Amino acid sequence: MSKFLFGRYLPLNSIVHRLDPRNKLLLSFCYIILVFLANNWLSYLILIAFTLGAIRASTIPLRIFVRGIRPLIWLILFTVALQLLFSPTGGHVYFHWTFINVTQYGVVNAGYIFIRFLLIITMSTLLTLSTQPLDIATGLASLMKPLRWVRVPVDTLAMMLSIALRFVPTLMDEAQKIMNAQRARGVDFGEGGLIKQAKALLPLMVPLFISAFNRAEDLSIAMEARGYQDSEHRSQYRILTWQRRDTVTWLIFALGLALILICRRW
Amino acid sequence: MAITFEHVGYTYQANTPLATPALTDVSFTVPDHGYLAIIGHTGSGKSTLIQQLNALLKPTTGQLTVDQFTVTPTTTNADLKPLRRHVGMVFQFPESQLFAETIRQDIAFGPQNFGLDPDKALKLADEMLALVGLDASYAQRSPFELSGGQMRRVAIAGVLAMHPKVLVLDEPTAGLDPQGRQEMMSLFERLHREQGLTIVLVTHQMEDVAQYAEQVAVMQHGTLLRVGTPQEIFSDVAWLRTADLDLPRAAQFAQKLAQRGVNWPQGLPLTADDLAAQLAAQWSTKGVDHV
Repeated sequence: MSKFLFGRYLPLNSIVHRLDPRNKLLLSFCYIILVFLANNWLSYLILIAFTLGAIRASTIPLRIFVRGIRPLIWLILFTVALQLLFSPTGGHVYFHWTFINVTQYGVVNAGYIFIRFLLIITMSTLLTLSTQPLDIATGLASLMKPLRWVRVPVDTLAMMLSIALRFVPTLMDEAQKIMNAQRARGVDFGEGGLIKQAKALLPLMVPLFISAFNRAEDLSIAMEARGYQDSEHRSQYRILTWQRRDTVTWLIFALGLALILICRRW
Repeated sequence: MAITFEHVGYTYQANTPLATPALTDVSFTVPDHGYLAIIGHTGSGKSTLIQQLNALLKPTTGQLTVDQFTVTPTTTNADLKPLRRHVGMVFQFPESQLFAETIRQDIAFGPQNFGLDPDKALKLADEMLALVGLDASYAQRSPFELSGGQMRRVAIAGVLAMHPKVLVLDEPTAGLDPQGRQEMMSLFERLHREQGLTIVLVTHQMEDVAQYAEQVAVMQHGTLLRVGTPQEIFSDVAWLRTADLDLPRAAQFAQKLAQRGVNWPQGLPLTADDLAAQLAAQWSTKGVDHV
């Protein structure tokens, strides 16, 4: 479990860390659109430059990203391989055997997909590494506010989201603890055939669910005792402020967008 | 020698940016049929230390020996099953490990995992139920119907059913009522005395340490500060304070009496019984007017 850096927070104090979480969420979202807008090598080069710039600004060492991507590399390579082998005919055909076509079109597209994956994963890893989970929750809640007008229970969703995020590490600890206790009772996790492995999960899943139910009950009682009624008319403790550096990031983003739109014309 | 730690060190998430050392250079020995209490402030590495004992965590440096088993950083998981059977672990709040449909099945789960025939395991479960003080009517009930204290008993029975030779207890009485605590601790004491179990107890209850332990290990910031008898450990009060620890209540009271001029020729009494015995002896020699 320690290998997965995706979804973790690395406490540093860079300019990226201090950006408004709402801003970072919006930027990451728009960045993904930007990645799909890019359609030739030059535009991808620009994107890579921007991404490396963002990583540099976050002061997080590059090797951490490399390690974060490593567990996902098989998924990426699998997708790339599919694209490479089963592309429709187009351009120069390098290799042909029954239904397998390796064409120029396929090779180029596989390369694009590889870079797209890499860029999107890197940027979203940057988002989670530089933003505390609670800030992400507050940011999301704040961004969802307009949905109130179409009767989406935004505050309830925000409450659920922040509770869920809060309990992810607690439940992880709990799971680890139960796993250890069952191991001490002779359970082998992750060994044997598929059915044996699935059976071994039972002594972990049952206590974990029971503990989650108990926790939910305790938490709801504690919340009621502290005057939580329903989610409306609540004031907020964490107030997000949009600062000049947030505006600057959008100027940089606009520059990137403009460059890529120009590249698309070529 | 039952348990020997030789320069054991352990680092969580070693070789990652989040690496945190939890144990450094721990060496000590617990004799056969010993009763060791491990004390120390929260976060001093006690729980990490005891997880080494059945190799849930393997040392990152050094090695340890538990009877015929040796665990080194390179020991593979395949070699560990006999060790897991040999060392029974009762974790903090062990009631959270219950999962089976009936209490009987839950207790029999451990022995079955170690290859005991299901019928024999169920029979064994009935015996264990009686051992932890629950009557036979509980056997067919769901573990989730029980009170917290009863669930704890079932969990402990599930560990004892594996007939471990070394029993490791991580705060087994935390959150129990005084009577439950008393019963649990005397059960462990009985197993230690009658069946010769080696017991390793992690606790914050200095009274339990003074009353039951034969040997005390004091941990701080992942290092082992001292190992000795309770008498040795609790004799240096100023030093105990530096390790964020305190005396047992009886000893605290005896110390207050010492400030008022009472002498303790046999050393500071650590338990209420000891305190009473020494006071009674002084009472009879010196008479009432002294007090």
